Amino acid sequence: MEFIDFFCIFLYMIASVLFIMGIKKLGKADSARKGNLMSSIGMGIAVLSVLISQDVFDGGVIAYVIIILAIIAGSVIGFIWAKKVEMTGMPQLVALFNGFGGLSSMLVAISQYCALSGGSDAVGTDAFTSLTLGLTILIGAVAFTGSIIAWGKLAGLKMFKKNISIPGKNFINAGITFVAVLGIIFYMIDPEGGLGIAGIIITTVASLVLGVTLVITIGGGDMPVIISFLNALSGLAAAFAGFPIGNTVLIVSGCLVGASGVILTLIMCKAMNKSFASLLFKTVKKKASAATGEHKEPKAMSVEDAFLILEAAKSVVIVPGYGMAVAQAQHAVKELCDVLEDNGCEVNFAIHPVAGRMPGHMNVLLAEANVPYEQLKTSDELNPQMANTDIAIVIGANDVVNPAAINDESSPLYGMPIVNAYEARTVFVLKRGQGTGFSGIENPLFTMDNTVMIYGDAKQTVSQLVVEFEND
Amino acid sequence: MDGQTIMLLIFVFIIAAFLGVELISKVPSQLHTPLMSGTNAISGITIVGAIAACAINVDNHVFGMILGGIAILFATINVIGGYFVTDRMLAMFKKKEDKKK
Repeated sequence: MEFIDFFCIFLYMIASVLFIMGIKKLGKADSARKGNLMSSIGMGIAVLSVLISQDVFDGGVIAYVIIILAIIAGSVIGFIWAKKVEMTGMPQLVALFNGFGGLSSMLVAISQYCALSGGSDAVGTDAFTSLTLGLTILIGAVAFTGSIIAWGKLAGLKMFKKNISIPGKNFINAGITFVAVLGIIFYMIDPEGGLGIAGIIITTVASLVLGVTLVITIGGGDMPVIISFLNALSGLAAAFAGFPIGNTVLIVSGCLVGASGVILTLIMCKAMNKSFASLLFKTVKKKASAATGEHKEPKAMSVEDAFLILEAAKSVVIVPGYGMAVAQAQHAVKELCDVLEDNGCEVNFAIHPVAGRMPGHMNVLLAEANVPYEQLKTSDELNPQMANTDIAIVIGANDVVNPAAINDESSPLYGMPIVNAYEARTVFVLKRGQGTGFSGIENPLFTMDNTVMIYGDAKQTVSQLVVEFEND
Repeated sequence: MDGQTIMLLIFVFIIAAFLGVELISKVPSQLHTPLMSGTNAISGITIVGAIAACAINVDNHVFGMILGGIAILFATINVIGGYFVTDRMLAMFKKKEDKKK
């Protein structure tokens, strides 16, 4: 082993430690920003290390020119994208970046295969190397096309808007997976020959298709789960890309990301009371629950009347949902929160883990509007005191406040933990119009005696309330 | 690759998986988005693999070299974009006292 090899491994070690400490700090509110900085320094060190490694040095000037150019181009694109994006566009951007990570890992594996067939001895022909190389293609490709579909759904692109249902999708997905695995086996049998090339091509194509067919049937409301899952996949792809070239920093950091993605996925599933398997494999039942008993009409109220009730309130809980993001109402909500507090009212936000389209979506939007994070409470924290709350204001949320989840065993939502907004003395529901949420499930909250509906664009309604306060 | 190296790499993989689970399992829900986009940036570590793959192809395989270059490009977008967007988000999370100032 040359000195430079030792030095590179030493640098990889430092990078891995920085990633671990960075992730740890990222998990605490006070140190999160520092944690992100640490992990970015780790990334810088890892890149520096590979740049001085023997492999790259042997590539000569051509290698360095290509590498530097690609890095500069990628940095400029990534930087501009990150600076320009609106906070409401965050879920789709995260999905897109994630897809790029998956695509990159897939290309790395194919490029490694090219090196092997070009006669380089950097990639072995043993079964383990071949297996991990094939798996990198499989996982990376699924993460890539899956994320692109998720991006399309989140960005509201027309072609992805409809929830496409594929008849017998489990059968089809199982078939495609089988073909992809078959390709890997072909490659393992004959890595250097024609069967190997065929295997690589089969696996690549089948896996790219699999990413599409897996994600395209999943509805918008289930996006927090699927984004976390795709995040886990892109991490795992990076980890597997480290095996064929025996690169430990790839394995460690990719695996850390994979683990965190899996945990987030499980947290999201728990918050929706769904098993991950049912989300991926069950076909969505479009059967609307039959209207049980008497059918009541929701009561509507004007903004002026709502103001009079709000003015007398001593405690208010705001329950935001995806509708708040769509209406871009977060700044108006913050203003309402300020005038209420000036009026001597206690204001809290009850945030359900799956409100919105990605984990923590509401927190990011409200933080953008300068709501301090102490005011953002989880449903577990606020539910016990909900009965003593004067007014709960539901802004663009639906299923996460549906009491059917607690008291209607026949409801598809039954068992899902919710924000118990219905227990408040009065419930305001800000809603664009009559209709059900993404799941198409009736919400009995809307017709309860203590609930009033304020129809209209959430941002306008909230702004009008603020104006009423200021004119008062 | 010999058996000993393989076992060592698998060992590293398993340990890292358990470490990840321990690190993440107690993250408050308000940090879920930054955590996701921050770890997403880390998954761009595949840039290291991309650089190596591009370089080892230079003398032997032009197509592999180009694929490696494209892989570097996308991994860099993932890394740089991911870190900056996470930082932007985290800069917005502030405590009450900080905001009054």
